[in-house]
Amino acid sequence: MIVVDRLQHRFGILDVLDDVSFEVGRGRFCALVGPSGCGKSTVLRILAGLVTPTGGRADIDGRSVVGRVGQAAYMAQRDLLLPWRRALANATVGAEARGLDRRSARAEALALFERFGLAGFEQSWPHQMSGGMRQRLALLRTFVAGLDVLLLDEPFGALDAITRRDLQCWLDEFLAEHDRTVVLVTHDVDEALLLADEVLVLSPRPGTVTARVTSPYPHPRPSALVTDADFVSRKATILAALAQAGPPAG
Amino acid sequence: MRATLRAAGPPVLFVVALLALWELWAGRSTSRNPVLPAPSRIWRAFLDTAPLLPGHLRTTLTETALGVLVGVGAGVLVAIVVSGWPFARRVLHPLLIASQTVPIQVLAPLLVLWAGFGLAPKIVVVALVVFFPVAVSTAAGLQGVDVELVELIRSFGGGRAVLLRMVMIPAALPGLFAGLRISLTYAVAGAVIGESIGATSGLGLYIARSQRAFRYDQVFVGVAVVTLLSMVLFSLVSVLSRVLCPWQRRTDRST
Repeated sequence: MIVVDRLQHRFGILDVLDDVSFEVGRGRFCALVGPSGCGKSTVLRILAGLVTPTGGRADIDGRSVVGRVGQAAYMAQRDLLLPWRRALANATVGAEARGLDRRSARAEALALFERFGLAGFEQSWPHQMSGGMRQRLALLRTFVAGLDVLLLDEPFGALDAITRRDLQCWLDEFLAEHDRTVVLVTHDVDEALLLADEVLVLSPRPGTVTARVTSPYPHPRPSALVTDADFVSRKATILAALAQAGPPAG
Repeated sequence: MRATLRAAGPPVLFVVALLALWELWAGRSTSRNPVLPAPSRIWRAFLDTAPLLPGHLRTTLTETALGVLVGVGAGVLVAIVVSGWPFARRVLHPLLIASQTVPIQVLAPLLVLWAGFGLAPKIVVVALVVFFPVAVSTAAGLQGVDVELVELIRSFGGGRAVLLRMVMIPAALPGLFAGLRISLTYAVAGAVIGESIGATSGLGLYIARSQRAFRYDQVFVGVAVVTLLSMVLFSLVSVLSRVLCPWQRRTDRST
């Protein structure tokens, strides 16, 4: 369970976050959408323990994560695969960095290669893989780290629209089978509604939550859901909240 | 195998052609001790002094190997300090550049004066030659490490030791080898220069003695052995780099 309470952050004279509060129950999926530079990535980086907020609280399972790394599995927009490790060895990077047993992490990763559409590429170098495969491998690394909370920062942002849609559906199916708590940062409203149980809209800098929209459809969800009338009306609510927030502050 | 032949063919043919021309040109000389001896004459000088060569070779090889080890060690150490601590970079940078502007030919006699006729001054010369390129290119590798990669490892709870093993060392290795390959050819030359100034054994001494005796054919034997030694060491480092940096193979092939 994630509790973020009146979170504030400044970089020097720049107010990045102003009074952000939300909760994500165990096994739930929460998406943060907002204009560029609104501080949504900063929220994730605070939850990952990489950034110390200037005010407020951020807890995972009742313990503060401020300045404490290793409580959640973080995935940035770039795949950040190690060029000197083959695919399988890259998949266990998170687990190894946490100090987990390498051999069991390897076995666990190996079992998931098929499920991630990476079978046969276990011994490939990252530079031999396509963008979509690299991103799936980065996701695989995030799962194998053995942490309940996943923090995904625009995981599909760098992919083309078709690969992106494929991966979204696939992630939705995968999460329906595996119980994880997820916070997703995106500026793709369809992606947010399609994957999450709740979507939070952030205002331009300094970021604060201006709207909360639930996405109550059962998982796994068909990709045709994006044309459903109820889905579209929820999407309209989010778009209106984004528009109301005004143009991005830069 | 066929690819190897195709790659090795042109340079081998070129060298053979050069040797043939050389033989034709120098073979006309009637001097008893020509300044430019023909390859056949150099070959005879090689056979004559062959029993002497292994001893000299061993000395030069020992000096080069120890010098390279010291130079790489110092280079890596300085690279770590310089890339981890900007203040150190400002302080050390002019000094590093200055250390490379002193010609080895000037430095070597001083080192012999200070450290005697043994291995020590040659090891210092070799280490000095190797140190700078290794330090510079290793530091470049370390400074080029992706900050986001470091953050990723840190976000999983990885500490300094994990970062070093997973990110820093692999990131620095290609640069280290690049620097080593550049400097290795000069390294053997450094040892030879050191020996020619004052030594009791070594290929440099062999060349210097031959020169003093006006045995230019033997000088060429010495030069050939030094060249071969450099090339063997260069290949050795290339192989080592391929084994230790297998992910680099793609880029190796394209260059």
